Amino acid sequence: MELDPAETFRQEASDLLDSLEAALLDLGQTPQDSDLIDAAFRALHTIKGSGAMFGFDRVAAFTHDFETAFDLIRKGKISADRDIITVSLAAKDYIRALIDDPDSTDPIIGEAIVEELQALIATGATGGTASPVGAALGEPPAVAAADGAGWLIEIAFEPDILRNGTNPLVLLDDLRALGSCSIRAHLDGVPELGALDPETCMIAWTVELEGGCTREDIEDVFMFVRDEMKLEITPLSLAGSADAKRPATVDIDAVAAAATVAPAVAKELQPALTERAAGERSEGARRGEDKTSTVRVQAERLDELMDRVGELVIAQARLSQLAHSGTDLAIKSIAEEIERLASGLRDSTMGVRMVPMGSLFGRFRRLVHDLSRDLGKPVDFVTVGEDTELDKTMIERLADPLVHLIRNAIDHGIEAPAARAGTTKSPTGRIELAARYVGAQVLVTVQDDGAGLDATRIRAKAEEQGLIAAGTPLSEHEIHQFLFHPGFSTARTISALSGRGVGMDVVKRTIEAMRGTIDLATVPGYGSTVTLRLPLTLAIIEGLLIRVGEGRYIIPLSAVEECVELTAAEDARARGRNFLNVRGDLVPFLRLRDLFEADGEADPHQKVIITTMGDTRVGLVVDQIIGSHQTVIKSLSKLHSDVTMFSGATILGDGSAALILDVAQLVSLGQSRAETEKTPEAA
Amino acid sequence: MIKLVLAPSGHKVVEAGDGSEGLAKAKAERFDLVITDLNMPVMNGLEMIRGLRALPSFTGVPIVFLTTESDDGVKQQAKAAGATGWITKPFKPEQLLAVVTKLVRA
Repeated sequence: MELDPAETFRQEASDLLDSLEAALLDLGQTPQDSDLIDAAFRALHTIKGSGAMFGFDRVAAFTHDFETAFDLIRKGKISADRDIITVSLAAKDYIRALIDDPDSTDPIIGEAIVEELQALIATGATGGTASPVGAALGEPPAVAAADGAGWLIEIAFEPDILRNGTNPLVLLDDLRALGSCSIRAHLDGVPELGALDPETCMIAWTVELEGGCTREDIEDVFMFVRDEMKLEITPLSLAGSADAKRPATVDIDAVAAAATVAPAVAKELQPALTERAAGERSEGARRGEDKTSTVRVQAERLDELMDRVGELVIAQARLSQLAHSGTDLAIKSIAEEIERLASGLRDSTMGVRMVPMGSLFGRFRRLVHDLSRDLGKPVDFVTVGEDTELDKTMIERLADPLVHLIRNAIDHGIEAPAARAGTTKSPTGRIELAARYVGAQVLVTVQDDGAGLDATRIRAKAEEQGLIAAGTPLSEHEIHQFLFHPGFSTARTISALSGRGVGMDVVKRTIEAMRGTIDLATVPGYGSTVTLRLPLTLAIIEGLLIRVGEGRYIIPLSAVEECVELTAAEDARARGRNFLNVRGDLVPFLRLRDLFEADGEADPHQKVIITTMGDTRVGLVVDQIIGSHQTVIKSLSKLHSDVTMFSGATILGDGSAALILDVAQLVSLGQSRAETEKTPEAA
Repeated sequence: MIKLVLAPSGHKVVEAGDGSEGLAKAKAERFDLVITDLNMPVMNGLEMIRGLRALPSFTGVPIVFLTTESDDGVKQQAKAAGATGWITKPFKPEQLLAVVTKLVRA
C-alpha cells in the first residue's frame, strides 16, 4: 500500500498534538514539572521538523515561533501559569487547523496568538505574574540555588559506560569547573580484586557543589549519559543532614589512580571481555528496536480481520461438531487442534483491537478545562483507570455519551463557587471519570460532587409533561429514570451547553446499543454518579447455549451467575409465585417456555439459570443447558429492531441460527413481574 | 569541514568516505575519538558504531555521531549501538570543539 507522506505527517502530528495537549493540561496542575515541559517541547519540536520536511511550511513557521516562546519556559526563565497554558492550548488548536485545513486559517490569528504568548512571557520573565502557583505551593523554582548554597548531587552510572567511551573523571572535572566541589566516591559495589572487571563502572559518587550554577548547568554536564545513569540533584539547603548517610569515603585521587591503572589490566582481559560485551550489545540493540516496533494499521483492516476471525470461529464450530459425530480419531484430533488455534487467534485479534481508555480520557480534559473557564466554575478533573482497555469501536462510540455526561456534571451538577461557599465543600468542584474491570465488563463512572439530582423537580416536570399522573407513588430511582426520557430537561434556562433535553435519552440509547447499561445514583447536596456498564467487546462473546422447547438460544456467559435445577418439588412449591429460594434469597424467575410460547411438554428436569444485571438477579427457566459456546454476534436486521428480548443472533456449528438473549431486558422484565406479584401479596 | 575546525587546534584527523572505509581505517590505526554521521553510503553510521565497538582496540574510545533532529529515538538507537555522545546538526565550530575537547581531554 502506498502511503501519502503528507497523510502520514497528519496522523503523526495529530498524535503529537494530543500528547502536547495532555502535557499542557498537566502543566496546569504542576507548573514546575520539567518532564512535562520537556514532553511538550519535544512534541512541538517534532511537529516543526517533520512539518518542514513534508512541505507544511506555515505549520513549521508558526510552530517555530511557539517553540521559541516555549523554550523560555523550558529553560526555567518563566513558569507555565494558567494564562500561558490557555494561550498555548489556543496555539495548539491553531496548529491543528493549519494541518487539517490550512486554507480556512487566518495568519492574523496565528500572529495574535504568538504576540499574546510573547507578551505573557515578557511579563512572566520580569517577575510580573511569575510562578504564582509555584510560589503558593512553596515549590523550589527551577532556577533555585540562587542563594549560592549549591547542590547535592548523587551520581551512579550504568556499569557499561566505560566501554562506550565515557570517562566519569572528565565529567567530575566538568563539575569542578562549575564551582568548588567536595566529591566522595562510594565503593560498596566494587568487588575483590579477583572479581574486578576493569571495564565496568562500579563506583557511585556524591558531590557537594558550591556556587551559583543552575540545575541545568549540572544536567548539561551529564547530557550524553543522562539516560544511562541515576542523577539526583537537590539544593544543599534542602539536603540537610546528607552527611549522615555517608557510607564509605575515599580520596578522589586514589580512585583516579585506580582508574588509570585499569587500561593496562584491560589489555590482558581483552579477549574474554570482548565476547561478553558483544553479547550485551546485541541485547541492547534489540531493546532499542523493541521501542520502535509499533505499526499503524487502519481501523477498517482490523474490522475486516475481526470479521474473518468470526467466520473462522463459526466454521471451526461446524468442523468440531462434524468430527465429534464421527469416529475418525485423526480428524477429531485435528478438529481439536483447530479449535485451540481458532480460540487463540480470536483472543489475540480481540487484544489487537483493545485500546486503553486513557486515549479517550485525554480528550475530556480539554473539555473540562474549557467548560470550567466558560462557566466560571473551577473544577478538578480526576481520571482513574486510564489503562483499562476496551474494544476500539466501543471507545469511539463511548466518546459522545461521555462528553454529554461530563457536560451535564459541570453544567448541572457542580454549583457555582458562590453556592458552594455556603457548604462544607471546597470552592473547586471535583469530577472523577473512572474506568475499571468488573468480570467481563468495564465499569465507567462519571462522578461529581455537585448538588445532586432534585427528585421533586424531576417529578414536577414529569407530571407537567404528562408522563405520570400527579401523585403516582414512585421510588426515587424510578423518578430518576425520567431523565432518560426523550425531550426531558429540568434546567430552568437553556444554556449553550445543556438544557435542551437532547442528550440523556441519546446517551442511554447509545449505551444500550453497545449491550451496556446506564445507571444514576445521587445524594442531594453531595453529588451524583452515572455508572456505565459495558461489555469488553462487541464482536465475540462467550455464551451459554441453552434449549427451550425446540429452539436454541445463547445467554451471554458474563451475565450468568449460576445454574440450579428446578426440582419438581421446588416447582410445585413455587407454582404461581415464580420465586425460587436460592440459599435463603428469594429470586424471581421467568419461564422462557411461557415467554417464547414454546410447543410441547417441558423437560422433566428443568434448569434455572440465575442471571445478574447490576445488583438484581433473575432466574431463567430452560429445558436444557447444552454448554458454553463461542458466540460470534450478528446483529438482527432493522425489521427486528423493536424486538427487545433478543440482542442479536449467531450461527451454530450445524449451520442453524440461535438468538442471543438480552439479559438486561429479561432481568428488568422479571423484576417488574416480581413487583406486580409482590404487591397483591403485600395488600 | 570537521577537519577544518579540528586540525588547527592540534588534532590529527583521518577521513573516511563511508562506514566500511571508516571501519577498515579504524582497524589499521589507533584513535582517540571517532566522529561519524549516521547517514552514510555503503554502511550506515549505526552499523559502523556497532562494528567499531566490536573491535577490542575500541573499548573505551569515545564515538560521537552527528544527527539532524533532536530525535530521542535515533539517539537511543545510536547509544544502544555503543556511541558516547552526539552533536546536533547544524552545529557551530565552537560546539564541535567543545564536544571533542570534552571527550578526548583525559
